[in-house]
This record gives sequence, structure tokens and C-alpha cells, in this order.
Amino acid sequence: MSETTQIGGDALLARRSGAWRERLRLVAMALGPVLGAIVLSGLVLLALGVDPIAYYGYVVDRGLINPYGLQATLTRMGPLLLIAAGLIVAFRAGIWNLGGDGQFLLSAVIVAALGPLLVPYLPVWLVLLVGLAVGAMVGAVWSLLPALLKAYQGVNEIITTLMMTFLGVSFANVLVKLAFRDPATTVPQTRTLIVADRLPRLFDTTVSSGLIIGLVAIVAVHLLMTRTAFGLKLRIVGANPRAAVHAGLNVPLLTMATFALSAALAGLAGAVEIMGVQGNVRADWNPAYSLTVVPLVFLARFNGFASIAFVFLFSVLSIGGESAARRTGVPNFFTLVVVAILLIMLGITEYLDQRRRAAGK
Amino acid sequence: MTQTLSPSEPLADARPVVSLDHVTKRFPGVVANDRVSFDLWPGEVHVLLGENGAGKSTLVGMLSGLQLPDEGGVLVEGREVRIASPARALELGIGTVFQHSMLVPSLSVVDNMALGGSWWSRPDRDGVARKMAAVCADIGVTIDPHAKVGSLSLGEQQQVEIVRALMRGSRVLILDEATAMLTPKGADDLGALMGRLVKLGIAVVFITHKLNEALAFGHRITVLRLGRKVGEIAPERLAALGPAAATAEIVRLMFGTGATATEAVATTVRTRPNGAPVLEIEGLAVDDPSVPVAGIDLSVAPGEIVGLAGIDGNGQKQFAEALAGQRRLAAGRIRLGGETIERLDVGGRRQRGLRYVTDDRLGEGTVGSFPISLNLLLKQVGEAPFWRRGIEQPEAIADHARRLVSEFDVRTPGIETAIGKLSGGNIQKALLARELSGPTRAVIFAKPTYGLDVQNIRATRQRIREAADRGLAVILISTDLEEVLELSDRVAVMSRGHIVGVVDNDAGARNRVGELMSGVTA
Repeated sequence: MSETTQIGGDALLARRSGAWRERLRLVAMALGPVLGAIVLSGLVLLALGVDPIAYYGYVVDRGLINPYGLQATLTRMGPLLLIAAGLIVAFRAGIWNLGGDGQFLLSAVIVAALGPLLVPYLPVWLVLLVGLAVGAMVGAVWSLLPALLKAYQGVNEIITTLMMTFLGVSFANVLVKLAFRDPATTVPQTRTLIVADRLPRLFDTTVSSGLIIGLVAIVAVHLLMTRTAFGLKLRIVGANPRAAVHAGLNVPLLTMATFALSAALAGLAGAVEIMGVQGNVRADWNPAYSLTVVPLVFLARFNGFASIAFVFLFSVLSIGGESAARRTGVPNFFTLVVVAILLIMLGITEYLDQRRRAAGK
Repeated sequence: MTQTLSPSEPLADARPVVSLDHVTKRFPGVVANDRVSFDLWPGEVHVLLGENGAGKSTLVGMLSGLQLPDEGGVLVEGREVRIASPARALELGIGTVFQHSMLVPSLSVVDNMALGGSWWSRPDRDGVARKMAAVCADIGVTIDPHAKVGSLSLGEQQQVEIVRALMRGSRVLILDEATAMLTPKGADDLGALMGRLVKLGIAVVFITHKLNEALAFGHRITVLRLGRKVGEIAPERLAALGPAAATAEIVRLMFGTGATATEAVATTVRTRPNGAPVLEIEGLAVDDPSVPVAGIDLSVAPGEIVGLAGIDGNGQKQFAEALAGQRRLAAGRIRLGGETIERLDVGGRRQRGLRYVTDDRLGEGTVGSFPISLNLLLKQVGEAPFWRRGIEQPEAIADHARRLVSEFDVRTPGIETAIGKLSGGNIQKALLARELSGPTRAVIFAKPTYGLDVQNIRATRQRIREAADRGLAVILISTDLEEVLELSDRVAVMSRGHIVGVVDNDAGARNRVGELMSGVTA
């Protein structure tokens, strides 16, 4: 900051070194909490009587190094990226859509029921396209009530979207057990979309093309929010709703659009997960991806590219964590413990950085 | 903890209980208090008079421990102190009764009194009730100690707060806008109570913007305007003046009339515009729970500045927002250049050349965290050439920003600087740049110099004059009568949501506007 007050060439030089220092600071700000979280989680593992080195070894091996593990990791990223894209739209517009799980699951169930029905009549590519479109629409429809309440009545969307998730998850279960149940199986689940009719795999791997859909979506959303007039309008509403009114923006309409877009992306994630990975929905299945992605999007500060990195990291942790859990006897949920510690570390880093900046002034 | 309230000999003490010594308090973009000195004498009701935004609340905040002054000192009994918290203020014997009740409505009076005691001990309800009865007897009020606070009237709740402050040993009692929520009868009762309090040697600070109350209850009157202390009337002088002369004196202080008349006239040698009106407003009405606006008729010719004077909160904001399209009209028509625009939204009206410079610069005028370049285009998002097919054109946006920043002399490290980091004067320059550039026909300025320093005030007023000289129709909303008289061709006075009179700005305007404002001829 103080460097910029110098004059001429010195100032330029100083600014350049200042920029380097700034970049270093950013890297430290990003890596510091990650390292801290790994160390702290290791301590928790030690307390559980598990060798942290072995645990992390399995995680890295099974999530990253082992080819099958890596392919599973990349496949897992597809729906997570779509959910992250949906959350970025909403959070940047100042709308806390925490109903992603309901939007995701209902879309998944309806797409799972619809796919096998359409297969006899339509070519595969059309089935997939219809499935994706229907999934997005179902997600959007499930956000309509909170959207209307927020846009025209100012009702807090955190409460309404969470409640719609409870309703949506239960409703999805009811649909699986009563309406869409596959008569050929004993456990309640929908009919299965055969592997040949699912989203194509990439090249010779087992990676689903859902990854591409996810990457395209999150990059598109990032550009939408940062480079377009529509994205700017949403950000104005998010940053200062009164300024939006003053500038003549139609705030209720923009609010509705935000909900629709955000929930459609969550719904799309459901369709991708079913048509790319699962093939059917079993009763009581609820991966709760959306609430897991919320902290990741926060860690990335609503930046699309940073979100890709964090989603990748999380996918490695969760795929690797699954096998590490089996081998070391740590519960599967330990991955969430690591993410939670990471979030706390990030909060502390931010706090320290602000204190440092305040002191430097 | 409690002190006995014995009648002391007022005025025998030559030292004020509490003094503020040239205190200055700044908020981002605004100097709320500018070297204000303020002495509180025991046995006096000291009235702090001023409009909204004059700096009364800030002054009270510094006395009651909510804010610390940036410069200057606070003295209690002649010793310099630092009032860093409300608890510290209470310790020093300064009790505050805020405009909005600070009591818990679901608890009884005694329980409210016992709040703030140590958390580990059971509240001594009987003891508190006994102490309370003693204080009540001293100051002549009756309160049922076991009544629920929520069931008391607002006036009674205030008495409870006053008693609570006294029980904690306050020698100074600050009543912040205490009569704002009371009925006239309640206000009279409070006035009588203040009289009894000062007889006990307590110093009372009474904050109000109502003139009649200031005169009826006060012994000493200090007037604040735009963060500065513009005058103090000592008890002897107040008594000597008599009500009528005192009123005139206070109006002069509050609205700054009569000060620099010659200078103001000298600057208004503009040619008198008399074309067909470009902006016509007929029977405009706005529904609003606090100040409904109705029956506004006003027309402004090209090149004309119509000042809208009045005490703050008399519907100016509602009127401006309705005119700009931010608020729904209940009735009325607006014509701009002959075209009816009252059905258009903000963007439509702006496109036809109607601009609104808001007074709430950070609250609604800008997005503080966004760069200056985008804030300059806040009302044109999506328009060519800055966006093409909805895609941002960074070059065009930067060029536009650089041009306006230099044209309007916005002092900033760069066009990418977040606008919230600029000073109030520079934010205002950016707002003026946004509203006065491009095809414009009529401009509404809402309190355009509020919170600015002298230089920026001068620069802003120059911009307003230039806007009119370019042939724009200008409506200037201001609570600073001096400003209105300096700039306007005609002056309309707004009171309680109505325009109570329009006068030409000639030699006699000052007095007629002053009369209209104080409601003499209403």
C-alpha cells in the first residue's frame, strides 16, 4: 500500500514487488489453512488411534494415484461442480439457496423414473437430453415457492429452502416407494437405466461425461457473473438491494431468475448423477451433496475456477476417504470433519489477515 | 451504587459537571461533529436543538459511551475522561434515556431495574422496590414496581428509565428525542418532571427538534447545524429575550437565515428563465406510513432552479423517490417535455432525461464494494456501448470512467478503486458525474451538500448552477435555507407532506420562507 506513494520508476518497481508480495500472500492465504487442516485432522486421527500417515496415504493413493480411483474422483466431480455453479449464482446475488438437496433428489428420482420409460421410444441421445432438461426443470420448480415468497414477500429464503428440502427428500422417497417402484426388485428402487443408455464415458476411461457438463456449467456461470450485464445486475442486487432499486432494476424478477437458475443447476446435477453414475434411485438414498458443497463454495469465495480446485480436492478426499475408511476403521464421514476443520482454519486465516491489515494501516 | 438525592445549591458551582471540549467525530464521508464544545451545568435543562443529521445523536453517543471522539476531550468534573462504554458512562454518573425504550417489555419494572446486577445472585426485588420508591418520591412520580413494562404507556416507560438512571447514581441525565413518541400531555408531564429533576441539582440534556418544547422546558439552548455548534443561548439571555424574540433567534440559528444575505444575492445574477415548463407535476400523492405526501403541484422551466425548502422529514424524500420512479404514486401526473412519464419505471424516466441525485450516497446511490467504473454505470447496466449483447466491454467502461473522473475531478487512486473507500466529497462528485452526463432534461438534487466539507459544498453548488445554465430543469431539495436561497429562482416550502407555499427568490424571500417553514402563516 505505502509503496504506491513513491514517484517514477521506483514506484513501478515497488509496485511490482508489492504485487509479488500480494500474490505470495494470496498463495499463503490459500495453502495455509489447507495444511493446517491436514495437520489438525491428523491429530484427530491420532486421538482415534489411527495412523494419520497411513490414512492420508490411502486417501492419496485411492483418490488420486490409483487410475480407477482417479476416474471415480473425476466422475464424482460432475454433479458437485453443477451444484457449486448453482450456489455461486445464488450466493453472488445475495440469495442463500440452501435447498439444493431437495432440488437435487427430486430431480434425480423423476429423471430415474422417466429414463427407462423413454428408452424404448427415443434414441439414446434424445433420452439423455430430455432427462437433463427435465431434471433442470424439476429443480427449478421445487424452488418456485421460496422464490415467490422471497421476491414478493421478503420471506427469509434460508428457512424456506431448507424446509423445501425436508419436503423434497420425503416426497422423493414416497415417489420411489409408491409410484416409481421397480416391480422386478425386492428392495424399493426405481427401474435401472442400463449402462449403455447412460451418459457416454470419456474416451477409454470410466469417467462420465458429466464431468464435462459440470466444468462447462461452472465456467459459464463464472463468466456470466463476472462478464455480463445480467450477472452484474444479480451482483448489484446481492451487494446492495437498495442501490438496485435506486438504479431501476426489477429486483423481484431478478430474484426469481436467480432462484430458477440456481435450482435448475442443482436439478441438472441430480440428472447427471442418475444418468451418469447411479442408473436408479434406491429408497432412502440421499447423498446430501448440496450442503457439502456450500462450504467449498465459501472456501473458493464464490470464484468458479477456485471452486473447481476445491471440488477436486474434496472429491479426492471423499473417494479416497471411502476406501481409507474401510481399511483403517474410520467412519466415512471423516471427510466432512476434514472439510469442517478446513473451513474453521480459513475463518481464522481471514481474521488474522484482517487484523494484520488493520494494524498495517 | 445509589446516591441520595439532596437538593444542592444550583449555580453556586462555578464548574460544569460535564464538558465536551472541541470534539470532532467523523464517519466515512461525513463529519458528524466538527469541533463542538458543550458544557453541562448542574441544575439546568440544557436543550440540544437541531435538525436530523445536525449531529445531535453523535454528540449524545459520545456522552453515553457509544462512540469515542476522534479529536477533542470529554471532561467530567474538570478531569479528562475516556468514555469507552455505556457502563463507563454510568460509572461516571451519566445516564441516558434513548428515544426507543431500552426496557424488556415482558418483565416487571423491578426485574428491569435488577437487570445488569451480578448474574450469580438472586435479584433483591424488595430492596430494588424500596430504593425505587425513594427515588420516585424524590422526583414526584408514581410507578407500580410490579407492573409489567409492556403494559405501561410510553410516557410511564420513560419515567421508569429515568428512575433507573437515577438509581444508578446519575448526576447527568440525557433525554434523547424523548418527546418524539409522546402525546402532547405526555410531553408536558415530562417537561414538569425535568423541572423537578434540575431542582435536585441534576443536569439534564434534552434533545429535540421541536422549538416550542425547547423554549418551554429549557434553561440553556445550544443549536447544532450540519455538525457544527452555531450558537448557544445562556439562561440569562433566554430569559431576557422573551419567547417571540427567542424563537426568531433560534430559527435564525437553525436554518442559518439572515447571516450573509448580501453575498448570496450577489451570486444570483442569473438570467431569469421563462420558457414553457419542461417538468410539470400535478396533484402528485404518495402513500407513506410516516409522512403521506399529497397534492403536490410544481412546474419547472428549462434553466430554472426550484428550491424545495423545509425541515427534514416532511415528505421531501418520498416526493423525490416518487418523481424518480422508485416509489409508486398514489395519484397525480408527471410530464417531462410534454410526455407523461408517471407510468414509466426508473429506467424509462432516466432515458427520457430525468435524473435523481440521491442524498443517501452509500445506502442506495452506490454499491460500496464495486469499482468506481461500474458505479458510474450503475443505472445503465446492459446499455451499449458498455455492454454488447449483454457482454461487458471493459475498454468502453474504462474510457467512460476515465473521462468522467477527470471531467468531474473525482480524486481517486484509480477507476478500479472501490467507491466506498473514497471520501464523501468524491463519492458525491462521482454521483454528480453519473447523473449529469448524457442527455439530460431535468435533475432532482436531494440534499446535495449534506455532510460535505466547504470546498466540496462550493464545487457541488457550482455544478448545480451549471446544470441550470445548460438549460436543465432543476429541483433542489435542501434543509439548508442558505443553500436554497443562494441557488434557487423560486422556493417552494414543504411541510407535513404538502407544499405550503411557493415564493419568488427576491429580497423578501428569506423572511417569507422562514415564516412558511416555522408554520407562522400555515
